[in-house]
Amino acid sequence: MSIRLKNIAKTYGKAGRGVSRALEPLDLDIHEGELIGLLGPSGSGKTTLLRIIAGLEAADTMSDRPSSIHFGDRDVTHLHVRDRRIGFVFQHYALFMHMSVFDNVAFGLTALPRKQRPSSGEIRARVQRLLEMVQLESLANRYPAQLSGGQQQRVSLARALALRPDVLLLDEPFGALDAKVRQELRRWLRHLHDELNFTSVFVTHDQEEALELSDRVVVMSNGRIEQIDSPEVLYRSPANRFVFEFLGDVNRLEGHVHDGTLTCGDARLDVDLDEGSHELLLRPHEIKLDEHPTELAHLPVTITAIAPVGAEVRVELEADWLAEPWLATIRHADFERLRIKRGQRLYAIPRQWHQFPAANQRSIASETMS
Amino acid sequence: MHRIGDAPKVRRALVSAAVILSALFLLLPLVAIFAQAFSAGADVFWRNITQPDTLSAIGLTLFITVLTIPVNLVFGVALAWLVTRFRFPGRRLLQTLIDIPFAVSPVVAGLVYLLLYGRNGWIGGWLDTHDIQLMFAWPGILMVTIFVTCPFVARELIPLMQAQGSRDEEAAVTLGASGWTLFRRVTLPNIRWALLYGVILTNARAVGEFGAVSVVSGAIRGQTNTLPLHVELLYQDYNTVGAFASASLLALIALLTLATKAGLEWRAARREA
Repeated sequence: MSIRLKNIAKTYGKAGRGVSRALEPLDLDIHEGELIGLLGPSGSGKTTLLRIIAGLEAADTMSDRPSSIHFGDRDVTHLHVRDRRIGFVFQHYALFMHMSVFDNVAFGLTALPRKQRPSSGEIRARVQRLLEMVQLESLANRYPAQLSGGQQQRVSLARALALRPDVLLLDEPFGALDAKVRQELRRWLRHLHDELNFTSVFVTHDQEEALELSDRVVVMSNGRIEQIDSPEVLYRSPANRFVFEFLGDVNRLEGHVHDGTLTCGDARLDVDLDEGSHELLLRPHEIKLDEHPTELAHLPVTITAIAPVGAEVRVELEADWLAEPWLATIRHADFERLRIKRGQRLYAIPRQWHQFPAANQRSIASETMS
Repeated sequence: MHRIGDAPKVRRALVSAAVILSALFLLLPLVAIFAQAFSAGADVFWRNITQPDTLSAIGLTLFITVLTIPVNLVFGVALAWLVTRFRFPGRRLLQTLIDIPFAVSPVVAGLVYLLLYGRNGWIGGWLDTHDIQLMFAWPGILMVTIFVTCPFVARELIPLMQAQGSRDEEAAVTLGASGWTLFRRVTLPNIRWALLYGVILTNARAVGEFGAVSVVSGAIRGQTNTLPLHVELLYQDYNTVGAFASASLLALIALLTLATKAGLEWRAARREA
């Protein structure tokens, strides 16, 4: 079921007494069967947007531009939460602590009006199937307090799916879990989504989670949508500086360009830019280290910290001409070849850099590979 | 680490002071009530208790309590729900208003009710022309008892419901639960212990209320005399044994209430462990 939002805005507080805009008026189209990640820092409005889709919160009513929410052909703008046919998964599970796992999952079915309610035998069979799906069939008679966080979140997912909702909404579903369980559940949710083919929207502040799990990511900040794209496009061509900075670590190089050379203290870099002040941004993996400068780049740095993390080595670089230290990720082979130690002086060589001249323009990425 | 009061001398002094004070101020009076009640023997005690006026007082007190509890149960739950689940102008003010019965002396409360609903009162005058009498009759006693006890349930529930938040209810409503289903199957189980505790406190106060009731009841023997008022009447009649016999009944109800409360707390502690 597709989700179509039009003119959704949300303001908290009363006029004249410190109004805060949680959401600027925005439109969003989510296609049938998509898994969409709402990504942004806290206060960006992503959870508010999710709760408005669910109907747990109401969008502002604007007389000049009426807002609307459609699930497929169904206009749900004025429909109560309980009639929207959504599944909602909360960050802290919100399981009913006084009910067994079985009763939790069965809640939606047993709460149906008598006429629509399936027979108790059918309810039992359906709950059993759901518990098998989340691999918890052996724990049906336990209480939530007896389960681990990951198991509780799986129960809450089974509960949300019991009524076969049109859309599944997840509010930071893995936020309260530890890294390993989170990874496992992510993969499992992706699998479940592909198998059952519902439309899902989930909120996260973890860019890795958003990029790994989503078909498309909606990046938000300050109540606005900054960019909507697939993870590949998002990472390759961020729409603006905010998106670029939010999606990963960023190193900054500020300097003055004269005659095609950017200088900053005793650092030099040949660039194809106009005269004047410029700021360049570099990802950690776009920095190479070597014992000698090149003709194009003369950027002397000192190694101040080394941390081997998985497939690469994270190295912190400092220099007089840098306002804040740089972070570079280099391959183990280079690390060993250069015999990198703390305090060692080397030269940084950018493979590529990015620049965002003005707001809301596509990036200019340049190859400066030596 | 040396804790304050850890020295053996200090500890002994503190413990004995606590024991002596509790014995003098709490235990001894309780013992005295029963000692006085039975001072002339069990059959005199029994005769006093089974006197028609005493029986009527017992009946009236229980009648008022039985009516007060459900009223305040519904009122308290509704108020706590309103204050913790909704944001509206005047919410703070309402939360302060709940405490008025605690802040105002019960005698003053009784006088205000008399002023409003008495025969010469603002509303009472109109009621009188329609032949409705509230003051100096059981409806008046019920009204002031409800007034005096109405914060107990709400006061117990509000902090708990605030701490619990509305996540569970939101979860239930996304699962299609109607308002009543949601209350019965999700909210009520979450608040049941606090609710029961509030009811116990309401019960204790409704049974024992003296000040407000004494103003509006008129203390007509066999008609509008509650048990606490009856104790005073008997005492003024120099029937010490009778007064203490009735007082012992009140003490007994209080002890039962305390036992129930302790039992509930013990159960709650065990459930958490």
